[in-house]
Amino acid sequence: MNISRRHFLILMPAAAVAWESVLAGTPEQAPNYKMSDHWWGMLVDISKCIGCGNCVRACQAENNVPDGHFRTWVERYHVDDYHLENPQVISPDGGKEGFPSVAEDPNGKFFYVPKLCNQCADSPCTQVCPVGATFVAPDGAVLIDQAYCLGCAYCVQACPYGCRYIHPEKKVADKCTLCYHRITKGLTTACCENCPTGARQLADLKNPKDPIHEFLRTHNVQVLKPQMATGAKVFYNDLDGSVR
Amino acid sequence: MNQFKDAGHLFRFAGLFVLAFLVFLVVRHFVVPKSFGEYGHYRGAAIGEIAALPIHYAGHQACESCHSDVADLKSHGKHAHVNCEACHGALEKHAEDPTSVTPKLPDTAVLCARCHTATAAKPKGFPQVDPEQHSSGVPCQTCHQPHSPAVDAGGAK
Amino acid sequence: MNGVEGYMYPNEISLFWSILIVLYPYITGLVAGAFILASLERVFRVEAVKPTYRLALLTALAFLIVAPLPLVLHLGHPERAPEMYFTPHSTSAMAMFGYVYLWYLMAVLVLEIWLDYRAEIVALSQTSKGILRLIYKVMTLGSNNVSPRSLHIDEKVGWIVTLVGIPSAFLLHGYVGFIFGSIKANPWWSSPLIPVVFIFSAMVSGVAGVMLLYMAIMKLRKQKIDMQCVDTIAMYMFYIFIIDFSLEMLDLVHRIYEADESFRSLDFMVHTKLYFSQIVLQIFIGTLVPLFLLFLTQVVKFKEIVRKRIYVLCGSLILISVFAMRWNVVIGGQLFSKSFLGYTTYKVALISKEGLLVSIGLMVLPLIILAVLLKLLPPWPEKRPQAAAAD
Repeated sequence: MNISRRHFLILMPAAAVAWESVLAGTPEQAPNYKMSDHWWGMLVDISKCIGCGNCVRACQAENNVPDGHFRTWVERYHVDDYHLENPQVISPDGGKEGFPSVAEDPNGKFFYVPKLCNQCADSPCTQVCPVGATFVAPDGAVLIDQAYCLGCAYCVQACPYGCRYIHPEKKVADKCTLCYHRITKGLTTACCENCPTGARQLADLKNPKDPIHEFLRTHNVQVLKPQMATGAKVFYNDLDGSVR
Repeated sequence: MNQFKDAGHLFRFAGLFVLAFLVFLVVRHFVVPKSFGEYGHYRGAAIGEIAALPIHYAGHQACESCHSDVADLKSHGKHAHVNCEACHGALEKHAEDPTSVTPKLPDTAVLCARCHTATAAKPKGFPQVDPEQHSSGVPCQTCHQPHSPAVDAGGAK
Repeated sequence: MNGVEGYMYPNEISLFWSILIVLYPYITGLVAGAFILASLERVFRVEAVKPTYRLALLTALAFLIVAPLPLVLHLGHPERAPEMYFTPHSTSAMAMFGYVYLWYLMAVLVLEIWLDYRAEIVALSQTSKGILRLIYKVMTLGSNNVSPRSLHIDEKVGWIVTLVGIPSAFLLHGYVGFIFGSIKANPWWSSPLIPVVFIFSAMVSGVAGVMLLYMAIMKLRKQKIDMQCVDTIAMYMFYIFIIDFSLEMLDLVHRIYEADESFRSLDFMVHTKLYFSQIVLQIFIGTLVPLFLLFLTQVVKFKEIVRKRIYVLCGSLILISVFAMRWNVVIGGQLFSKSFLGYTTYKVALISKEGLLVSIGLMVLPLIILAVLLKLLPPWPEKRPQAAAAD
């Protein structure tokens, strides 16, 4: 199972086209991208995450994310087998600079959980936006029109995952766009590109050749807070029940 | 008729309402962005605007188109799936103008430790060491070639 | 660090809805409550409260004019606020605010006040001088028809407007509750009872507010307070408060008994961060004390001066209690992490766009507007101009 290699082969031709137009300085005319051909999501494999924080740093560099706010962040869970419902969670500066070392705990386990916008198909955030400044694009990416957003923060309240914030300078809502400016050019997201272990994989659920389909068939995959019925499209492999 | 005459002031009030509504409709016509509603209840043009934002990470495909030697070396080693910019940083500017923008060589003491410092929280199969004990200050690249880190891969130079 | 205990999602550490969003349901609630008090006389023919009818309407108008200000001020881009009118999102409770607000302002309050005052406006437009004369002229909309028949029509239409106004007042405020109650991501808010609780607490606060204003204005004007009127208002206030308190307790008991996944976290919050504002201020001082005192006034025959003092005390406590309730809902709903693993802290800034000074200003502003309205449209029967003489 070599997702990144296969993924890479699929993306290669599109990327070549994209790259030419990027170089030509006309990224907006990038590949013959058709929104109706895609339905974007992501696969996060907890069993591969090493908590290095590469994704958080890459996201901040790619998207000019303001300090103290996060489009993606990494949490470290410590679950004690006597207190399964009360995990100890930390995320120092969103895990941007990694995590302090810990010694083995004979009564518990540690693991990392990368978080990002879940690109919900039935997104509670877009539902409450009073003016239509945030929306689910036809290709499944949940986007924010920052030229139209009022900055009322209703969407921030409505997101069950804490993925949104008000940008301190722009005064509008901000969150992960699934690197929309990259994926529409045939590239993968900044976090996936920079994940050294392949714990994060961009997934196109409408592409039958995308390895996500086989992965979903052969693994026990979950979304976060399924009881919220948000139609989340960020799938977690090996997700512990204590994660919220 | 008298009935209407005595209710005349009410029609004036209603007239104000109608007038305000008409003004609203006219203003609305001019103020609402043209692409609003193109795909749904939002400004369709916003999608293109977001898609047109500049990228900072060029992506390994771009790197490999020039650095095929490194790509080749890397593809046979343990770091085959670690993409270039994961260690070298965002290099879209370099990819665009390779001669005048040159990347800085990363400091392996920081870089390697970030992933390979031992902690109970990392997946058990992942290679991890206590940097202090492991090399007592000797730089990682003395023994490990970062692009193909196994010691027997002849990394040491 | 940053007043965080336990674990908050990193984007949750600072609150995005400030004290201004506490004021917003508070002020809208005062509007709805004042209007309900006015409708008691108009629709339900409770003649005893007639002295407060016009005062209640003007109070409602003064507060309604200010109601959207905290909302607009807290926006990151206040200049984009008209988008709510131009492209309202049909699935957003907040988008409907613009329309419900305008409907309530223009089709209910302004129309009802205009109809009720029309004869006087016409008379004033003929007797006053200078700029005032012009203002009154504009307010007549150019119609000087105050024939008995036209006034009769006004009376009938006014009654219908009030009748429509009651559900509108419920809509205005129930919908404010819905803004919070419909957020499934937030267990502190997500409850179908929230809109109902909001409506009843709104009624209590509005009635208390108008009662206090009436007593204060009578005192300022050195006139006798109509005790029958105040007694009746206090009685209604007592009954509505009982319903309000029962609903809030039902909500609380339901939460405690169901004890869902969020319960431990919320329970801890109520016992720590919200202990003073919820348990002490809202429930004990703000609810149980006035309920007990009002109960006493219902069963014991106190002297007039004692009753007055009790009413003033209860009215003030109720206003504080309802404010505390809004605070606990809006701020409390953001103090805990949606991971249920931690808590953050909210500190009100003194001088900032969403600070304490602005908030105080926003609470004083309606009183200033009310003072102007009282000058422009005096509600006192003895001051009625010669309009009556015209018919």
